[in-house]
Amino acid sequence: MLTDSLQIVYERPHTLTPVITHYCPGCTHGIVQRLVAEVLQEMDLRENTIGVASVGCSVFAYNYFDCDFAEAAHGRAPAMATGIKRVHPKRTVFTYQGDGDLASIGLAEIVHAATRGENFTVIFVNNGVYGMTGGQMAPTTLPGMKTTSSPAGRDVETMGYPLRMAELLATVGGASYIVRRSVHDPGHINQTKKAIKTAFQVQQQEMGFALVEVLSSCPINWGMTPVEALAYIKDKMIPYFPLGDFKIAENVKALKV
Amino acid sequence: MAKQLWKGNEAIAEAAVRAGLEAYFGYPITPQTELLEYLATRLPGLKNSFGGNRVFLQAESELAAINMVYGAAVAGARTMTSSSSPGFSLMQEGLSYIAASQAPCVVVNVMRGGPGLGNLAPTQADYFQMTKGGGHGDYHPIVLAPATVQEAVDLTYGAFDLAEKYRAIVILAIDGNIGQMMEPVEMPPLREIRAHDRGWELTGAVNRPRRFNSSLFLLPEELEHMNRALSEKDAAIRANEVRCVEQHTDNADLVIVAFGSAARIAQTAVKEARARGLQVGLFRPLSLYPFPEKRLTELSYHVHQFLVVEMSAGQMVQDVQLAVERDADVHFFGTMGGIVPLPDEILAQIEKYMPMMLPNETDQERDVLDVAYTC
Repeated sequence: MLTDSLQIVYERPHTLTPVITHYCPGCTHGIVQRLVAEVLQEMDLRENTIGVASVGCSVFAYNYFDCDFAEAAHGRAPAMATGIKRVHPKRTVFTYQGDGDLASIGLAEIVHAATRGENFTVIFVNNGVYGMTGGQMAPTTLPGMKTTSSPAGRDVETMGYPLRMAELLATVGGASYIVRRSVHDPGHINQTKKAIKTAFQVQQQEMGFALVEVLSSCPINWGMTPVEALAYIKDKMIPYFPLGDFKIAENVKALKV
Repeated sequence: MAKQLWKGNEAIAEAAVRAGLEAYFGYPITPQTELLEYLATRLPGLKNSFGGNRVFLQAESELAAINMVYGAAVAGARTMTSSSSPGFSLMQEGLSYIAASQAPCVVVNVMRGGPGLGNLAPTQADYFQMTKGGGHGDYHPIVLAPATVQEAVDLTYGAFDLAEKYRAIVILAIDGNIGQMMEPVEMPPLREIRAHDRGWELTGAVNRPRRFNSSLFLLPEELEHMNRALSEKDAAIRANEVRCVEQHTDNADLVIVAFGSAARIAQTAVKEARARGLQVGLFRPLSLYPFPEKRLTELSYHVHQFLVVEMSAGQMVQDVQLAVERDADVHFFGTMGGIVPLPDEILAQIEKYMPMMLPNETDQERDVLDVAYTC
């Protein structure tokens, strides 16, 4: 039998529900969600986890993870997660937020969750644009980038500069693990997964606030092919949003991932 | 248990603790701040129903506070926030989501002067905002309005059960007077609360399928279905939870309708009016939502004059007008900006309308007309 010689080397983690996602072709949300799901499975956290979805393209995250999930108002996921985690401190709580949600309307909530050292994990998917509403300028849109609400390109003189969230949150006292990664190629995907795992271990060890910013693509709203979009992350986004570890608390450094 | 002297805000906080409040999130704003301060020392150290500690947390804003309440509520905790009018406005976003998610919670609004920053003085001008929904979409919180500190304690004590019974928001409509005044109170006993799975709370999918809580229903059919469920719940609330208090309404020619501290002041005016031989009664809605409209309609079969007294430009008066028979006269007297009406001022209003009572013959004619309408 042919099947006798076949081995399963890659399958859907049981922490993901068996549904087709609504993400556009070439979107890297699916990759990031899968990485989170793989980590939850590897750490045996499915039953222990309560996720909090945000508003934007990640709004349906609660349909894709096979664990308890809440869906927050736009930008308020860190506040909602605070309420959940404070009630169930032994549960694993994470938010999954985009850049419009986290860096614009929810800026106060994320900064204060970090400064309180809330012991939950934040997965921050930064694609520099409002995806769900059709490609408007986000606080993370690069200077000069054309969007539907900055049709002549983002003019920093009138529209402001892109916010570097990882750098900003690294200045905050309660933050324990703040890093930026990217998913534009397999090597970086592996590094992203490792960071996500560390972020969940930080929570498991009750070490405080952990956030992984993931540079992600939005080919449809960027007006690019998926391949061009990945190149755009590498060539345009990373120079402005450098990858790296922006804050790693002393006790986190000792973690073995 | 002997009565003790309690300040309104602190008494409400203590009543909530005794009712089993497990997670409080708030933000300072006058005139409710004592409530937050009291819980900052009272809650820590107490155990919650999940075997952990009860939570007190000062949020970065009222917006965050209500969304923390949202999280704690979907996580299955008895949870509450408190604020005053401008902060309560900020909470409307969260309240709309909480209503859609059917997450039970209690919100205390110790009302102050508005609109805008207004002032710190007591008003009742958030009536519309509280009873008509406040946030976007079709929903009504349950709104209870005590007139004494004891009543505030009793309503707070029962508010969590009410919220959980209907998976709804219960708002305690406290005008600044009630929050700030001190009165003798008999405190209810400290209740022991036990966590029990009600089939909807998010606690981790241990030995059960996963659950999710969302207020998003993209398909119109699904959203209408959810809204119909909310409407059915609303109908049950309207059928079962109406509360009002009446004085001398059985033999009154004029009935004053007032809630909260306006009703207390009106009570003094009613007493004085009756001492002068004027047949005046008092109707006090305890539940502003559901509004006791049916009872008001019944009253208006034999009472033809109503005087609504509010510490606002006139908000509840609209619900009174909707409730009473079309030929009843609904008068209004209101004070604003934190001005509290005086008994003499209300008495002057009563005397203004009492001589204008219609003679009996006209009443008979009206009855004939009523019959004509019902035929």
